[in-house]
Amino acid sequence: MSGATEKLILEPERYEFRAAPMHQFELARRDFFKILGAGIAVFAIAKNTLSAQETAPGHRSFHNEELPKDISAWLHVGEDGTVTGFTGKAEIGQNIRTALAQTVADELRVPFESVRMVMADTALTPFDAGTFGSRTTPTMTPQLRRVASAARNLLIEAAAKEWNVAPAGLVAADAKVTDPASGRSLKYAELARGKMLAQNLPAEDPITPAAQWTIAGKPIPKVDGRSFVTGHHQYTTDISLSGMLYGKVLRPPSFGATLISCDDGAAKAMKTVVVVRDGDFVGVAAPSAHEAQRALDAIHAQWKEAPQISNKEIFSYLKQNAAAKTEDRFRKQKGSVEEGLAGAAHRLDATYNVAYIAHAPLEPRAAVAQWADGKLTVWTGTQRPFANRDELADVFHLPESSVRVIVPDTGSAYGGKHTSDAAIEAARLARAAGRPVKVAWTREEEFTWAYFRPAGVIEIKSGIAGDGTLTAWEFHNYHSGSSGIETPYVVANQRTEYHAVPLILRSGSYRGLAATANHFARETHMDALAIAAKMDPLDFRMKNLSNPRMHAVLEAAAKSFGWPRKKTHEGQGFGVACGDEKGSYVATCAEVAVDKKAGAVRVVRLVEAFECGAIVNPDGLRNQVIGAMIQGLGGALFEAIEFENGRITNAHFASYRVPRFRDVPEIEAILLDRKDLPSTGAGETPIMAVAPAIGNAIFDAIGVRLNNLPMVPNGLRSAQD
Amino acid sequence: MPIEIEVNGKRYPVSYPPDTPLLYVLRDELQLSGTKYGCGEGQCGACTVLIAGAPRRSCQIPVSAAAGKSVTTIEGLEKDGRLHPVQQAFLDAGAFQCAYCTSGMIMSSVGLLRTNANPNQAEVVQFLQGNVCRCGTHPRIIEAVRSAAKMLQEHGR
Repeated sequence: MSGATEKLILEPERYEFRAAPMHQFELARRDFFKILGAGIAVFAIAKNTLSAQETAPGHRSFHNEELPKDISAWLHVGEDGTVTGFTGKAEIGQNIRTALAQTVADELRVPFESVRMVMADTALTPFDAGTFGSRTTPTMTPQLRRVASAARNLLIEAAAKEWNVAPAGLVAADAKVTDPASGRSLKYAELARGKMLAQNLPAEDPITPAAQWTIAGKPIPKVDGRSFVTGHHQYTTDISLSGMLYGKVLRPPSFGATLISCDDGAAKAMKTVVVVRDGDFVGVAAPSAHEAQRALDAIHAQWKEAPQISNKEIFSYLKQNAAAKTEDRFRKQKGSVEEGLAGAAHRLDATYNVAYIAHAPLEPRAAVAQWADGKLTVWTGTQRPFANRDELADVFHLPESSVRVIVPDTGSAYGGKHTSDAAIEAARLARAAGRPVKVAWTREEEFTWAYFRPAGVIEIKSGIAGDGTLTAWEFHNYHSGSSGIETPYVVANQRTEYHAVPLILRSGSYRGLAATANHFARETHMDALAIAAKMDPLDFRMKNLSNPRMHAVLEAAAKSFGWPRKKTHEGQGFGVACGDEKGSYVATCAEVAVDKKAGAVRVVRLVEAFECGAIVNPDGLRNQVIGAMIQGLGGALFEAIEFENGRITNAHFASYRVPRFRDVPEIEAILLDRKDLPSTGAGETPIMAVAPAIGNAIFDAIGVRLNNLPMVPNGLRSAQD
Repeated sequence: MPIEIEVNGKRYPVSYPPDTPLLYVLRDELQLSGTKYGCGEGQCGACTVLIAGAPRRSCQIPVSAAAGKSVTTIEGLEKDGRLHPVQQAFLDAGAFQCAYCTSGMIMSSVGLLRTNANPNQAEVVQFLQGNVCRCGTHPRIIEAVRSAAKMLQEHGR
């Protein structure tokens, strides 16, 4: 499995590339109404924004879709008044199902409860490149609004026709169209009855400005919350089909190992067991998980392994193996760094290292696969249902129209569930067994065979004038990625480069991607510069920033935190950090308590101000922001993947430490609602400033600068060694 | 003699081997999938159930050890269509994101409130230390447990 990945170069921000293949649009109206019944339907054709942002390169064109592929969203109003919104986005715990339903209800002027969202099903929903990059809110909410607005106009026109009046004076509200002149009204359900009205979306449908939202902008609780607290919600791992078998896959002892020989005779002799050998793939399926495990244990395989580097050498390896030439798109230059450094009153060079970390979603990767009449249906928890479908079609030599991928609302992902590994495994076993197969990875498999947030080395050279003005800024990121790499500070002379390095461990997306690493390095460095300039770290940042949105989050966080604060006891320290990414803005203040003798660091308090334009659901947003802060605390202090010779040596929750209740400080999130600005994403940016704020607070407490993530994996002393 | 276990007040014969962890019997044989697999090593709490009223990691208990004792899973908390106060409190507080840890969090919390009717914040933190929430919903979970304690004290149950 990883043999193929060894020569690959990390594509750090896959979704930021631009490619927008346009397709012919043919509206197969009958198909839509066949699926949903009569009523009123509106389709939005993906143009400019959506396709450009979300269509990844290398995507094949989609010829065999049942529904047109250049529809980015669509909506149906049924004869009973039920409104159904369709989107290829997936619900992975970010609560977007609720936010999108609110958006539709708000724009269509119907009660929230009458809207249901069909999501992430390749047979029913429009093509979507995936749920990542904090893209759902900035692209899918306006798209669904335009669709709903067009549907509202259709309903108004239908009423106008009914009454033989001009549509201009009619009002849509509370799921009905009213004629104020006569006082009569018709419910949407009545207007939809017996109709098969469909319309493409005009490009410039006006949508309701945030200041006039009535349902969006409200803290509506998670849709179907009751099914989660009762245990009734079915995650992929909970699906059980009639005749279904449980599959398990034989894993190599190390990354890149190849199969030399395999004795599966004993497993094959087991009556109820199906054994599959296909190249290096060896798997079993049986009527129960314990029978499958017994069969797997009975297989004796020999593998050829290759020596590989360990986490101890990784940082020097990354520096030595960087590509000789940086691609142009990963290189930015302005002014002359050399001149800026020459004229500086203070100069600072520093190196920052960032370890590999794991997403460790609590629901491990899983898939249930079923074949019928040569067609494959797979239920799987993924952020990229359409890409998974394409990969399945490729692997099994099927047309895309013969593969359907359905994503049940999933037990989290954090950027970790892009790939289709479990889906392919389940489908391969199911094809051999002639029965549905479920493959659910163990925690150890999840820690070992998924993929990681890449490690990286970051080098910064900087200079400031006597008054604290930045004069030079040179920033190099080796391997971890280019997200958030550009400084938000005003610097006349700067050079920023991302250096690709061939993959060591299978690596990919993670909440915020490299923005966390780049912000950690930059904001730690800025703190050190503030100290060199003998300035308050907050004042120093304000002085070198020009963006008012950045000022606003810093001011809000500082005010709530009480910055600047006086220390009241030994070991107490305060830190601040900020950043902007993916159109949203964050500032975090941290208070720590360091026990130097015991080598213990405790985060006492985190205050974060976050701004992402007009807030769609403040309750869901608060969960996302606080969740990101807590997740960020893990990577800041102690999370690190350890590996040696192609083996992950801490593939368990007992040895890979994630944040637990005792680690959680007093937390405050201040959400700045900018109704005058378009909504941007919130899944990632709130994680970025946590680590540097904590590190800067540790420096404030004891005068020790920690330049590596995680900062205190084994307490303070290990970090200082 | 095949093993029989009592889950949520109902008796079930078990065909899985006696050393099978209770978790897999609940999920795969009895189709009670509300109890979740998170690590299989007793490290994350997602599989927590009550055995004789005490919270236990069902991935660490062989089904034979549960025989003769009453097992309660998340599916057994609701009574006559009414949520248990801990479920209600989690719902009211929005104390979940992906909610995959929620069953285990709720079962652990029900166990806690049986032995400590009015836990302070530190006691909740201590008790739930073995339950992992990767989405970072900890503050709301603590709030939910404490408000459930109030509900239970006010209404009795």
